[in-house]
Amino acid sequence: MSGAAVPVESPLRRFCAQFAESRLALVGLAMLVAVVLVALLAPVISPQNPYDLGKLDLMDARLPPGEPAAGGGMTYLLGTDGQGRDMLSAIFYGLRVSLYVGVASGVIALTLGAVLGVLAAYVGGRFEAVLMRIVDIQLGFPAILVALILLAVLGKGVDKIIIALVAVQWAYYARTARSAALVERNKEYIEAARGLKLSPVRIVLRHLLPNALPPLIVVGTVQVAHAIALEATLSFLGLGLPTTEPSLGLLIANGYEYLLSGKYWISVYPGVALLLTILSINLVGDQLRDVLNPRLAR
Amino acid sequence: MTVFILRRLMQTLLVLAATSLLVFFGLYVIGDPVEILVNPVADEVEKARARAALGLDKPIIEQYWVFLKGAVTGELGTSFVFGRPAMEVILERMPATLELAFLAMVMAVALGVPLGLYAGLRPNSWPAKTIMAASIVGFSLPTFWVGLLLILVFAVQLGWLPSTGRGPTQEVLGLQISILHWEGLKYALLPALNLALFKLSLIIRLTRAQVREQSLLDYIKFARAKGLPRHRVIGVHLLKNILIPLITVIGLELGSVIAFAVVTETIFAWPGMGKLVIDSIFQLDRPVVVAYLMMIVFMFILINLVVDLAYSALDPRVRLAEHR
Repeated sequence: MSGAAVPVESPLRRFCAQFAESRLALVGLAMLVAVVLVALLAPVISPQNPYDLGKLDLMDARLPPGEPAAGGGMTYLLGTDGQGRDMLSAIFYGLRVSLYVGVASGVIALTLGAVLGVLAAYVGGRFEAVLMRIVDIQLGFPAILVALILLAVLGKGVDKIIIALVAVQWAYYARTARSAALVERNKEYIEAARGLKLSPVRIVLRHLLPNALPPLIVVGTVQVAHAIALEATLSFLGLGLPTTEPSLGLLIANGYEYLLSGKYWISVYPGVALLLTILSINLVGDQLRDVLNPRLAR
Repeated sequence: MTVFILRRLMQTLLVLAATSLLVFFGLYVIGDPVEILVNPVADEVEKARARAALGLDKPIIEQYWVFLKGAVTGELGTSFVFGRPAMEVILERMPATLELAFLAMVMAVALGVPLGLYAGLRPNSWPAKTIMAASIVGFSLPTFWVGLLLILVFAVQLGWLPSTGRGPTQEVLGLQISILHWEGLKYALLPALNLALFKLSLIIRLTRAQVREQSLLDYIKFARAKGLPRHRVIGVHLLKNILIPLITVIGLELGSVIAFAVVTETIFAWPGMGKLVIDSIFQLDRPVVVAYLMMIVFMFILINLVVDLAYSALDPRVRLAEHR
């Protein structure tokens, strides 16, 4: 445009260009945007409000995909469940719950883990030793086990499952944040900030944290996908969410009893939605990791 | 080395104590198991009698004290539901879970390492790209949903394999094992495959990443420059170096397979420990839940310790006492 021989590449533009190198990642990004839009707009685009029990007609129960409603009006594109609920609407709303739980727990865990991890790297000493030992011990156990213990003790509920997922995830962020901060800590700009006699809080929050962010973002995408899958698994086991606002996992669990009689759609379609959600996040995360990984720097 | 192991043992005791406290008091707050266990028409007198029989009439602190005293001698309480020692109930189910986990891990390693090696050596070939794409899907598939699909396809539609329960067992070295005969193995195939898929993807990806990182290093270039045949460079030099992280992960994942069996066992009605603990959580059978978690936590600490020790034996650069 300007006609310059060598255009100055902004880091953001270089990042976008590298990200776009993988067509698979772009497909993932497009899918992710679609999934998020569907979740946000669920009340607008759903053919039916699946929570409004008055609108449900038991005559319509367990209809296969493509059947019209008994009372006329709408067609059940993905069939109906045991209570005559439109599966498409139930999936849209379920997606909302699943994404909300995954993202909320991810954001809380990221914040908690990042602050603790960066603080550990900055403060060092006993605080660092104890914190990292706790992280080591917790990461020695599989997430599902930790979540299982907590949910057995906490009971059901959206808030409870978010607590359990945060407890499961914070350690990953703490470890990543600490190792990133350890690298950054010794760089000159931190020394300069110290030389300016800035307060430690300011150095950690304004200088150290932003620079430790890229690896955290990579871990974050993977973790959100994990959290969504874990929530679905726990709900499927009957340990996660209450049945009043079913997430995708609970929808799949509800369809389980009909599976053996061949009524596949009640379980399979929510599963497809879950798969597409997790897959799109993983595709994006995978490419982010390649782009942001200095070891594979081109 | 000795200091390292001693310190680990101290930590183990701390973690076990913390877990038992959390679960013991947590389950106490959640509800009264007697309400679930006794006949619904039972009156208060009968409930009180049941409570007294299970030792639930005492204050919770005292109950925990009784539990602790038992735990020191290896007694982890009597199951409310089965009326037998909790540990006995769990150990009875253990072979079923272990054989499932073992079969799953064998499937994952036997397929994952060769596929990952190929994908790492020829990263731009189309089979490699297919393998990697499939592994992302395998990574993204929620285990329990894959289980449902496997049942739908192989049990409901094709009718090839049974979908629930465990086949006939035979006694091997005092353990009830079912996978040595086709009659029993066919019951184990679907759940084991279900359990293996996630680990398979993980092993493929890990192997590939390792191969890609290692094959850029100087010792590989040097081995090639020496004129060593390709199969020797890959089979001896490369494989030996990618094996270290692989063994760590395989060791750690064996434990997580046993933990994840909770899900697979529930779907396939496999009578293992995982299904037992889920049932016990719903029935508020505290002794079984506590005993299972104690045991599995202990198992994990043991696995982590063994992996750390194996690591230091395989890689002379790792010094245990220093970094802990």
